[in-house]
Amino acid sequence: MSKKPTAKETTPTAATDHAQAPVNARLTPEERIELFRKMVRIRRFEERSLRAYQAKKIGGFLHLYIGQEAVAVGCCSLMGPHDHVITAYRDHGHAIAVGMETKPLMAELYGKATGCSKGKGGSMHYFDPSRNFWGGHGIVGGQIPLGAGLAYALKYKGLKGAAMAFMGDGAVNQGAVHEAYNLASLWNLPVVFVIENNGYSMGTSQARSSAGELAQRAAGYDMQWGQCSGHDVYEVRAMMDKFLTLARETGKPSTVEIDTYRYRGHSVADPDNTYRSKQEIEEYRRTRDPIQLFQDKLLAEGALTPALAEQIDTEARAEADVAADFSEASPFPTPADIQTDVYWEADNPADRRSQGRLFFT
Amino acid sequence: MPVITYREAVRHALAEELERDPNVVVMGEEVAQFNGAYKVTEGLLARFGPQRIVDTPISEAGFIGVGIGASMLGIRPVMELMFWSFYSVAFDQILNNAANVRYMSGGQIHCPIVIRGPANGGTNVGATHSHTPENVLANHPGVKVVVPSSPADAKGLLKSAIRDNDPVFFLENTMLYGEKGEVPAGEHVVPLGLADVKRAGTDLTIVTYGRSVLHSLAAAEVLEREHKISTEVLDLRTIRPLDFDSVLKSVAKTHRVLIVEEQKPFASVGSQLAYMIQREAFDELDGPIHRLATVDAPAIYSPPVEVEQLPNPRRVLQAALETLA
Repeated sequence: MSKKPTAKETTPTAATDHAQAPVNARLTPEERIELFRKMVRIRRFEERSLRAYQAKKIGGFLHLYIGQEAVAVGCCSLMGPHDHVITAYRDHGHAIAVGMETKPLMAELYGKATGCSKGKGGSMHYFDPSRNFWGGHGIVGGQIPLGAGLAYALKYKGLKGAAMAFMGDGAVNQGAVHEAYNLASLWNLPVVFVIENNGYSMGTSQARSSAGELAQRAAGYDMQWGQCSGHDVYEVRAMMDKFLTLARETGKPSTVEIDTYRYRGHSVADPDNTYRSKQEIEEYRRTRDPIQLFQDKLLAEGALTPALAEQIDTEARAEADVAADFSEASPFPTPADIQTDVYWEADNPADRRSQGRLFFT
Repeated sequence: MPVITYREAVRHALAEELERDPNVVVMGEEVAQFNGAYKVTEGLLARFGPQRIVDTPISEAGFIGVGIGASMLGIRPVMELMFWSFYSVAFDQILNNAANVRYMSGGQIHCPIVIRGPANGGTNVGATHSHTPENVLANHPGVKVVVPSSPADAKGLLKSAIRDNDPVFFLENTMLYGEKGEVPAGEHVVPLGLADVKRAGTDLTIVTYGRSVLHSLAAAEVLEREHKISTEVLDLRTIRPLDFDSVLKSVAKTHRVLIVEEQKPFASVGSQLAYMIQREAFDELDGPIHRLATVDAPAIYSPPVEVEQLPNPRRVLQAALETLA
C-alpha cells in the first residue's frame, strides 16, 4: 500500500507562485534565510539525535520529523505574541520552530537534568510556555481539546490571538478531535486545527484508516477548511496566514490539512519495510524535499548564495554536535528529582495551603 | 449559624469564588439554562451571565480537555460532571493531561482545574452511573481528591479546591445534596488534607469519608446505646493529600480500626489505609484491621438489594462488632 495522493496532488494546477502571497512577498531576504536556517537546523538536529539513539544514548521512542520541516517552520513563523502552539509526539520540529534552543532539547532526549523538561518528559513531551508552546503530547489526538482550550482562554481574556493545534492524519479518527471540532465551532474559538498528513498513521496508510477525505470533515462542523502542500514553506505560510487571520479577526476556527511526508519510520523503532516502498521514499526525497525546494527557490531569488547555504548547513551540523556534547556532559536527574514537579504545592512549600501527605510509599 | 443543604453549600462556594476571582468559570452539561441536573448551579447563570456559567454539549472528553487547556493559560475552570461515572469517557484528558502535564513539562505548567460532581451508588441507576472512582483518581500523583460528607465541609473544601493550583477532583454525592447542616456564611475555608473527628470515642476507630460517614455515625449511636462501645468516627474529607497523622492519633487512642468506604474492595482507598496503618502503627493495634466496602460486584439495580450492596448503618454495626470480637 502506498501513500494516498491527496486531491492537491492528483489535480496539479498551474503552479501558483506562493512567494507572491502578501505574507511572503513582504519577507526580507534575511527573514527568508531564517526560515531556511530553521528547517536545516531541525533536520540536522534530528539526524544527530538519530545517531545518538543508535548509539543507545536515548531511550524510548524517537519520532522523527525529517521531511516535514516546512510545516512547523511555516506555521510557527506566523506567530504573534498571543498565538499558541500545541502538538503531538512528533514535536522536535515545532519546538525548534517556536525558538527553543537545541541544547536543552537534545539533553531532554538524553534524559538529562538540563533537558527542557528536566529529563522527565522525553522526546514526546517538549514544552516551553515562555514561547507559547504547550507540548508535546503522547496520546494521539489527546492534545486537540487542549488546543481548543488555549483558544478558549484567549477569547475569555479578550486577547487577539489564535491557537494552532497540530495533529497527524491518524488523529482525525479519534473522538477527542471531533469533540474539539464541535466545541470550537459551536463556541467560535480562535483555533486552527492543523492536520499534518504524512500519509501514514504509524504503519497504516490513509486509505486503510480513514473513510473519505480528512480536511473536509470540518465542513460537518460548519468550519472552514483548506488544503495545501507542506513541501513548500511559502505555500504553508500563505494558507496558514489566511486561517490564522480568520481566527484572530473573527474568532472562527478552521481546519487545514497540509500534505507532507516523513522519510523515517513512525518512530525509529519502526522497521519501515512493511507498508511502503523504498522507491516511494526516494521519490519524495528527490522531488519534494522541502529544504531542497526552498533552497532552490532562495537561490533563484538571489536571497541565498551556494556559499551561504553551505555555511548554514555547516553551522547547523555543528550546532547539533554542540547540543549532543552538551547533553553528554550534563548530569542525569537524581532519584530525589523523581518526586519534584508533581504538585505545584509541593514545589512551592511556602505557599502551600493544603495539609497532609501528598506522596505515598 | 445558617442551616443549609449540602447542595446549597456547594452553590454558595461556587458563587463566592465566582465573585472573588474573575478567572473562575463554571462549565458543564446543563449547568446554566437548566440550572443544573441536580440544581447545584441553580441561579448562577442569572447572577453571573453566560460567559461565567457555560453550558456544554454532552462531550466530556472535549469540554474537560478545553478546561485543562484553558487552565494552562490562567483560567480557573470548575467543571461539572453530571455524574463522576462519566469520567471514563474523559479518562485521557483527566489522567493523562491534567495529572501529568506539570511533570512532563518539568514543572513549567500547572493546571488549576476543579472537576466536580456526584460519585455514588444508592440511587438505583445501575452499574454505569454508580462508579466511585476516588481510588482510581488518587492513584495518579499530581492530582488531589476530595470527598466531603457534610454541608460545611462541602463549602469549605470546594473553596479551597478552586483556589488550589493543582488539579482537584471533588466527589459529591446525590444522596447528600438534600442533607442539611450548619454552614458559616461568607468566607469559610477548610484546607485540603485535614481530617475531622466527627464523633470522639475510645474503643474503636472508624476511618471513613463521604456518605459512609453518616452511616458510621448512625452505627456509632447504636454501639454506644446498645453495646456500651465508644466509637470514634474519623472523616478523612480529603483522600489525597491524606491526613494520616489524624489516623495515627486515633488508632493510638482506640487500638481497633474499622475502615468503611463506598468502594469496591480490590485496591480501594481502604486497601491503602490498611497497609499504612499496619506499617506505621503495628504496635498500637490490638487486632486485625477490618474493612467494610461495597459488595464486590457491579452496582445492582434492584432498589432494596442495592441498599445491602453498599455500606449502611446495619452493615457498619455488624462490621464494628466483628472488629471488636
